[in-house]
Amino acid sequence: MRVPETDEAPQVAPDTTEVVLAARNVSKSFGAVHALKGVNFDVHRGQVTTLFGENGAGKSTLMKILSGVHLPTSGELILDGEAVEIASTVEARDLGIAIIHQELSLAPNMTVRDNIFLGCEIMGSTGVNYAEEGRQARELMRELEEDIDPLTRVEDLRLGQQQIVEIARALSANSRILIMDEPTSALSASEVEVLFKVIRDLKARGVSIVYISHHLEEALTITDHAVVLRDGVMTAYAPRSEIDLEWIVRNMVGENFDIGSPPSRHEMGTTALELRGLTVPATSFTGNAVDGLDLSVKSGEVVCIYGLMGAGRTEMMECVAGRLPATAGRVLLHGQDISSFTIAQRIEAGLVLVPEDRQRDGLVQTMTVGRNLSLASISDFTRGLFTNRRDENRIIEDSIREVTVKTDGPDATIGSLSGGNQQKVVIGKMLATTPSVVVLDEPSRGIDVGAKAEVFRILAEHAKNGMAVVFSTSEVGECLSIAHRIIVMRRGRIAAEFTQDTTKEAIMAASGESLVA
Amino acid sequence: MSDTTNRAAGRPGKKGGWSIIQLLLEGRAFFGLIAIVMTFSMLSPNYATVSNFLIMSNHVAIFGLLALGMLLVILNGGIDLSVGSVLGLSGVFAGFLMQGVEIQSAGVIVYPPVWAVVVLTVALGAFVGMCNGVLVAYFKVPAFVATLGSLYVARGVALLMTDGLTFNNLSGDPALGNTGFEWLGFNRIAGVPVGVLILAVAAIVTGVILSRTAFGRWLYASGGNARAAELSGVPVRRVQVIVYSLSGVLAAFAGLVLSAQLTSAGPQAGFTYELTTIAAVVVGGASLMGGRGTVTGTLLGAFVIGFLSDGLVIIGVSSYWQTVFTGAVIVLAVMLNSIQYGGRGKT
Repeated sequence: MRVPETDEAPQVAPDTTEVVLAARNVSKSFGAVHALKGVNFDVHRGQVTTLFGENGAGKSTLMKILSGVHLPTSGELILDGEAVEIASTVEARDLGIAIIHQELSLAPNMTVRDNIFLGCEIMGSTGVNYAEEGRQARELMRELEEDIDPLTRVEDLRLGQQQIVEIARALSANSRILIMDEPTSALSASEVEVLFKVIRDLKARGVSIVYISHHLEEALTITDHAVVLRDGVMTAYAPRSEIDLEWIVRNMVGENFDIGSPPSRHEMGTTALELRGLTVPATSFTGNAVDGLDLSVKSGEVVCIYGLMGAGRTEMMECVAGRLPATAGRVLLHGQDISSFTIAQRIEAGLVLVPEDRQRDGLVQTMTVGRNLSLASISDFTRGLFTNRRDENRIIEDSIREVTVKTDGPDATIGSLSGGNQQKVVIGKMLATTPSVVVLDEPSRGIDVGAKAEVFRILAEHAKNGMAVVFSTSEVGECLSIAHRIIVMRRGRIAAEFTQDTTKEAIMAASGESLVA
Repeated sequence: MSDTTNRAAGRPGKKGGWSIIQLLLEGRAFFGLIAIVMTFSMLSPNYATVSNFLIMSNHVAIFGLLALGMLLVILNGGIDLSVGSVLGLSGVFAGFLMQGVEIQSAGVIVYPPVWAVVVLTVALGAFVGMCNGVLVAYFKVPAFVATLGSLYVARGVALLMTDGLTFNNLSGDPALGNTGFEWLGFNRIAGVPVGVLILAVAAIVTGVILSRTAFGRWLYASGGNARAAELSGVPVRRVQVIVYSLSGVLAAFAGLVLSAQLTSAGPQAGFTYELTTIAAVVVGGASLMGGRGTVTGTLLGAFVIGFLSDGLVIIGVSSYWQTVFTGAVIVLAVMLNSIQYGGRGKT
């Protein structure tokens, strides 16, 4: 079946198209955490089905079930009308299901040809048949209308081209179903255009596509069906012709989503943190991740930084904390220039960062809950040369109580805690240093709604006591929860500034989310 | 949230039910040591004698000193391959000083007293270690490569200083006031060899540093997760430099004790000791990934390795078989480490 190669919604009514892959009542639990609860999901032949949902809604779990990484706890997958069990990614590939992850899984030191056939090399009588591989690779590139020499090293290609190579690899394995996880997040506008053209070509060839994106309106231009997940439950399902941006946001965020309100009726103090023309170079591309940013935050104020991936939020925060060097600009803490301070000196001065990735940057997995909590305030319980156990235990017990960590004691291993409680340990560790400014990078990432509400409650309480709080989020619903002010960042700059009385749509529009990149 | 509570509540019960296997696994180095002593006592009447234990503990003292330094480095997530060479270089350097240093411009030969020899040698060890630490911490050279380089350089310098020969006369001359070097190797205080006492003091100091000081906490934290430690205000790079310096200091002490025991300082002393030392630390239960390990475990590891190889000598097993046995023990130890740490999440 051919689908018109235009931006218009498909003229063919989706209900009449064939369902090639269906998930029926699929649930998935990790220990006590229910990531998916009875989800139904259809993939239509030769069409694009987009999965919408916030972080932690269960999108990636569902994708992992479809692509054989996880087996569902209950429920079944139906491929071409027959129930199948996909126990591994190899089985998924044999069934014609391929996934393109957000982080590309190519070997950058190898050629395009070798990457395409990695793991399924064409063998001849004298080893790998490079001539045949090269011919097929060239053929694939021609079909995708990309002028890439199969003997180019992948590391020499632009990101968009690398994505094409991933697609070619999926096609070489005769994939009928292609799952694309945030394919446009790192692409330039022109590369997105190329990708969308490729997607339309693939549709025309009968390849079914499952698409995940945070760029909502961008996804709307390409999709034929929309499925919305929230907290592991499918909240809405509709063909493209019946939906709009507002419908998606409403279903994604939910009307009754309440994770706190701004700490009201308290006096804000003087300026606590000030950034003047802060510029941080990017690591993954040439140019600046943060580009001459000015920001000032008062004591007692809660500021939310919203932005898409790559907007420069993390770089800005890591620079403020002293992890990344700035090429220009200054950081002022209560009027004092701390630009040249080390991380330790900044903590001493009262400025702390709660990092985005708690496993990588927040926790020491080999240490107990208690020792993680006291790690940043060792000097507070050191008397002369030696640490004082009683003082340390007091700090730990205060922390556990203050941030309400659910643990069976300070000696428990950090791995025994749930994600939300681990996050509270990271926050508690930094709050134990009694800071006057706390910067949190995505404090709500990957934790459940209950833990989120508690984290925001803790922050709101501290703000009431005069602490300046700056936190970032990629979930627009959280901007309107406890923040006094919402700053939208885009390409390293402040794109817009809002107060509490704004709308989710306005914030998203300012971030560039609702525009084709 | 209730899920979390359930999971937490399920834990203490598990902790209470300590099975025999878990106990054996936790104390494996200790039980291994007992097994070794019992086995060799049965096989040879000469093994379980006071004189033999004194001889063996003199050997263990050398490896124990090196292993304490290695433990600090391994806790930090690194490795120090240079300890054997630093040991050799320190011995040679001490021997060189004992022979007298000729100052040509003044036309005199200076014979430093023994305490000065010890101080200067230890300073040399600290210097080599500091070079390792600076390379690893500030120039981002992988620890394996940086210390492999110093392994060669230190060994080469030791050979250059002696021209490949050995300093045989370390006893000094009463007339020159530099006698007493053998004291480190031969004397006993209350029946305990001085070398063993030095090990005991070093072990206690290391243990206190690890468990009771801020530096110890920094070390465990930066070994467990350097990025998280850095963001918590730990001076990760300074910790690295200090750790490698301490390893160099302990290797220098080991070199002094060994050359005093042998009353000679050869440039080949301590050849391949770094590998035995790593083995002792690993047998003692430390994780090569960093962040996990104790002084007690490391000492036990050093005793296991030392008592095992000496026992094999006493019962007359060929030295080729000794190598095989030592290798098997190391592999077994690492395997048990993986079992113990494997279930606790990736590091």
